[in-house]
Amino acid sequence: MAARKPVRWHIAVFLAPAVLVYTAIMIIPLIGTLNLSLFNKGPDGVQFVGLANFATLFGDPRWSASFWNALGNNAWFFLIHMLVQNPIGIALAAILSTPKLRMAAFYRTAIFIPTILSFVIVGFVWKLILSPIWGIAPGLLDLVGLKSLFAPWLGREEYALTTLALISVWQFVGIPMMLIYAALLSIPDEVLEAAEMDGITGASQFWKIKLPLILPSIGIISILTFVGNFNAFDLIYVAQGALAGPDFSTDILGTFLYRTFFGFQLQLGDPYMGSAIAGAMFGIILLGVCIYLFGIQTRLRRYQF
Amino acid sequence: MARARTSIGRTIAAHAILITWTVIALFPVFVTVVNSFKSRRAIFADPLALPWPQHFDLVGYTTVLKQGDFFGYFQNSMIVTVASLFFVLLFGAMAAFALSEYRFKGNLLMGLYLALGIMIPIRLGTVAILQIMVAGGLVNTLTALILVYTAQGLPLAVFILSEFMKTVSDDLKNAGRIDGLSEYAIFFTLVLPLVRPAMATVAVFTMIPIWNDLWFPLILAPAEEVKTITLGSQVFIGQFVTNWNAVLAALSLAILPVLVLYLIFSRQLIRGITAGAVK
Repeated sequence: MAARKPVRWHIAVFLAPAVLVYTAIMIIPLIGTLNLSLFNKGPDGVQFVGLANFATLFGDPRWSASFWNALGNNAWFFLIHMLVQNPIGIALAAILSTPKLRMAAFYRTAIFIPTILSFVIVGFVWKLILSPIWGIAPGLLDLVGLKSLFAPWLGREEYALTTLALISVWQFVGIPMMLIYAALLSIPDEVLEAAEMDGITGASQFWKIKLPLILPSIGIISILTFVGNFNAFDLIYVAQGALAGPDFSTDILGTFLYRTFFGFQLQLGDPYMGSAIAGAMFGIILLGVCIYLFGIQTRLRRYQF
Repeated sequence: MARARTSIGRTIAAHAILITWTVIALFPVFVTVVNSFKSRRAIFADPLALPWPQHFDLVGYTTVLKQGDFFGYFQNSMIVTVASLFFVLLFGAMAAFALSEYRFKGNLLMGLYLALGIMIPIRLGTVAILQIMVAGGLVNTLTALILVYTAQGLPLAVFILSEFMKTVSDDLKNAGRIDGLSEYAIFFTLVLPLVRPAMATVAVFTMIPIWNDLWFPLILAPAEEVKTITLGSQVFIGQFVTNWNAVLAALSLAILPVLVLYLIFSRQLIRGITAGAVK
């Protein structure tokens, strides 16, 4: 076979650097981490324990309480993004794509600015603004006569997670806005003109014509939000520290993984349980992606123009 | 036709909503930058006022520049970001060219393999990455960060660039082949210049998460001399929590470089996003 066709070495040369770096730094560590989660320290050194780490994680009260707490918080974090971030992003994009809107480029640039800021900046800036010491938030509420509503939101167990989720929404609303904006621009004018001929304009045009056409983009945004949220760590770490206070009420899987693997204060780091948590996160993300790919994406109807 | 789609009332409502959200988006940045130029008393007495001459004070900035090695941090961030970006773009473009140009066995499979990394975050491999870096003696070096970020950026770069490379005309490449150009020359002199807009989009998407990352600097390179600006400002702020002048000045210093880069590239970024979708 090789005699029939010369080996095309240039293909290998083009592919090699990317494949090597990607495999060595991404795929092998990922497999290594999954593999490590099957081991633990035993009486005679490190030994293979099968799925025992996962059994501990899901069932042993010392671990499972934290794990289910983190998972529940993470689910709530994701839910807020789906219910607040994506609708606001879609609404802003729909308004931005109004034909002949002046200053659209300015709005687009400005609304995307929080997205480019680092979590360190976002976390601290909001901590300062919401701080009862500085008083910007109570002062602003006072302006509209709602000062009584103010509470130290980041310090209260019942509000802290929701507040952080809303800060994250504030930061990332630019992403759904941009992607939906691009999708809306790609709807051909003929379709919209045909709708106008039939008397469908304004809001009903959005609901009946545009929304069905951008559903695939909304699907992509949902899965990106899912992967991003179940991988989140930085904002919580910056705003509340690795302990994800108050009383673990803002603990999500990322902070739980960090604490378990590297240890904190009195707890020692545990690479085996840390790997088990990373393995569980891997499973959750994979499950979510599969549900999307096979359950949702295949049912979305695509239109070709 | 245009009249049917727009009316004065709706235009005003649209602007009102967009202005409201723009204010919400920019307000925290505004408050931080404005207060970083004020004296401590003015920060608390009147947080929303502009830094008029009577409270203008650079004490925050002088503290920051004296205490933290912000220029060093900034330099580290620049080296890591630029080097990772270079490797992501070069290796990503090469792989994308191989996948989009040649038909060979396992092409589709290789594409799927490289795209896997878009969905599965590299952070989940942190435990093993740290072990590899310890074994290779790369802990607390910028090389470790560059390697990780290159791997992290490649999947998306290959995916986007191969979509764009499919649009480069075959006739052009074949003309090059007839003129005796090697495959490498075709890639570097014909194809790369033509996909420059796509490269810019990929550059922006790759750059932002690298510049802002806290996780890998915290784990792989926490030593003072290799701290990135994101980690450096996080640690600095942690130590100076009660010195509000210094905290606000440090935050402003961290905001400015990204903001400037974004404003330079924003036109390109938006064009890239919309062009990708139109296809």
